[in-house]
Amino acid sequence: MTTDPIVGIAGLNKWYGDFHVLRDIDIDVAKSERIVICGPSGSGKSTFIRCINALEEFQEGRIVVDGIELGPQLRRVDEVRREVGMVFQSFNLFLHLTVLENCTLAPIWVRHVPKKDAEAAAMKYLERVKIPHQANKYPSQLSGGQQQRVAIARALAMNPKVMLFDEPTSALDPEMVKEVLDTMVDLAREGMTMLVVTHEMGFAREVANRIVFMDAGQIIETNTPANFFANPQHTRTKLFLSQILR
Amino acid sequence: MDDLATSPFVRQELIPERAAPVKVTGFVGFLRTRLFNSPTNILLTIASALLLWFTIVPAIKFLLIDAVWSGKDRTACLAQNAGHEVGACWPFIQAKFAQFIYGFYPEAERWRVNLTFLLAALLLLPLLIPRLPAKGLNACLFFVAFPVVAFFLLLGGGLTGFGVSWTAGVLSGFATGASELGQKLSQAGEATAVIGPLLLLLGKLADLVGWATSGLIWPLLWLNGEIQASARPVWADLAVTAVVVSLILFVLNGGVRTGWRALVASVATFVGIAIVIAVMGLDQGGFAVVSTGLWGGLLVTLVVSVTGIVASMPIGIALALGRRSTIPLIRFFSVVFIEFWRGVPLITVLFFATYMLPLFLPGNFKIDGLVRALIGIALFSGAYIAEVIRGGLQAIPRGQSEAANAIGLSWWKTTGLIVMPQALRHVIPGLVNSFIGLFKDTSLVSIVALFDLLGSVHAAFADPVWATPTTLFTGFAFAGMIYFVFCFGMSRYSLFVENRLNAHGG
Repeated sequence: MTTDPIVGIAGLNKWYGDFHVLRDIDIDVAKSERIVICGPSGSGKSTFIRCINALEEFQEGRIVVDGIELGPQLRRVDEVRREVGMVFQSFNLFLHLTVLENCTLAPIWVRHVPKKDAEAAAMKYLERVKIPHQANKYPSQLSGGQQQRVAIARALAMNPKVMLFDEPTSALDPEMVKEVLDTMVDLAREGMTMLVVTHEMGFAREVANRIVFMDAGQIIETNTPANFFANPQHTRTKLFLSQILR
Repeated sequence: MDDLATSPFVRQELIPERAAPVKVTGFVGFLRTRLFNSPTNILLTIASALLLWFTIVPAIKFLLIDAVWSGKDRTACLAQNAGHEVGACWPFIQAKFAQFIYGFYPEAERWRVNLTFLLAALLLLPLLIPRLPAKGLNACLFFVAFPVVAFFLLLGGGLTGFGVSWTAGVLSGFATGASELGQKLSQAGEATAVIGPLLLLLGKLADLVGWATSGLIWPLLWLNGEIQASARPVWADLAVTAVVVSLILFVLNGGVRTGWRALVASVATFVGIAIVIAVMGLDQGGFAVVSTGLWGGLLVTLVVSVTGIVASMPIGIALALGRRSTIPLIRFFSVVFIEFWRGVPLITVLFFATYMLPLFLPGNFKIDGLVRALIGIALFSGAYIAEVIRGGLQAIPRGQSEAANAIGLSWWKTTGLIVMPQALRHVIPGLVNSFIGLFKDTSLVSIVALFDLLGSVHAAFADPVWATPTTLFTGFAFAGMIYFVFCFGMSRYSLFVENRLNAHGG
């Protein structure tokens, strides 16, 4: 593992009005590292990863992504967003555009790639998520699992250095969870740096280098998957695990 | 519970499809299930049939059966001459038809109106048919080139200069204005006691700005003088403007590396402008001027409504975005603007624009009466459109713009590529509703001495040659039919667009 972290977060604090949502978050993510963030609902894990590409503003601390520093003023937000891909719980595909157009929009309008090249690249990513034959359909014609895989392809089309997943499977029917998780596993094998908020403990066990457990806006425990499940340290972690692993 | 547990059910064969026991399809089925399926529905069916009978039959009788179809004056439409009860007096429409379409537009020049209508139709139809290609070019021609051409076609007149002389005019006007303001302020400053020095300072500053501007623009003024002194000032000016603008575009778009497309597009545009100028003879004064006071009939209705519809869209979009802006000043301005125009009746707006506005404008600054009404209507309808569009914007989930932000799109691109296209799709029915309303509201311009279709029809009633008991009804029926054709057309087209977009759940 390289020594220089690709994502470095130091002293991150965020308030919604008077409510302290994120408290002193410090974490470095190395290149190609896969981090799974879990915790009870309301623990601030989604808010945390949304801070990394500045979808949420924060009041204190600093985030460095691939050498680009993002302070509370969010001055270099555009540069950071170009390097960070994001996959949402509710897919958020652009409903008025076809699958292919969803994937070529940002390369064409942000990176100014010629349309032909962008389409060729998008087809490559759609093949990678195994839905090239749906390229000319509209999102509403696809199943949830397919939509989420398109969302992954859309994020990949910008060639991000880091991928953020915000509960990517929790809006899916149980039957479709696997196809999305498989795509994410493939992505991890190819060496993508990933931060994943998820409740899929099987995925965490198989893929993660580290599991971060959050509660009440702070990191309670960070551990390797093996230790996290077999030998949790903090009482809060033990309680959480006892409730989700039955 | 025990029974359930002990005797599990497993279906051996699937149940085949059976016909419905009561006929639910076909004409009989329709009668049974839709028209006569309950006592209330039977009553409603009978009432509706009677209603249709008492409206449609007399209408057909008036418009077709009892109507008089030919004649030279009112005598043809009198009951004693026709020999039966007289319905619609169609020869009246025939005799006044030209007036209903063109108003008092001089007869010899009416081909210009026809040509404008034809051009509009030729450019609009391909724009409305989704299958046809080159929508971008087509839209540019219709929304940018056509209005200019239509202006010179309908109004007449020519050009004395082009880009250089316009720029020179605006800048030198600014310079003299600033200097005059400066001198006035300085004088006022010398005469006033307390804030005098401040006024004096401001005056000197304005004077300085004016002086500096006139110093900076003297090469431009010199160039303009040379151009105006040449044998063909319009052409010389056009050539200079074309070269300057094309070069600027070329350099801005990346010069030798990537600027060629912009250069070609710019040169092509200027060639197009040159062709228009040559064909219409704009350098030699163009067509005879027909003042807007002579325009009338359907021409005015279409000019006012099309301009109103086309101009109110960008105004509405800007106001809707402004009202949702996070910048308080912009939001405040948008709210005040929208609420002001929505709170004032259109008649007031038209009166104000026509009779009050000239009192506030400087003496030498005159705006044409039709243009004043057009501006009033565009702003008025823009405020309504803004609220319709805002409704659409609110229906777009936040996830859409978040996803757009997350892949690196700026606010403008997110709005233009993701949010606005979806919002507009949601509000097509509301937009078309407003447009139809606007189309009919244009008849209000007749109160500020503009003779639109309805105004022309109304004016024709005063003609004693055609004074018969049914002239009034005939005229209104005719005007109603024309309005209906346009409004129904808009309504159907919007349905078509909606269905097309909904085909993929957009």
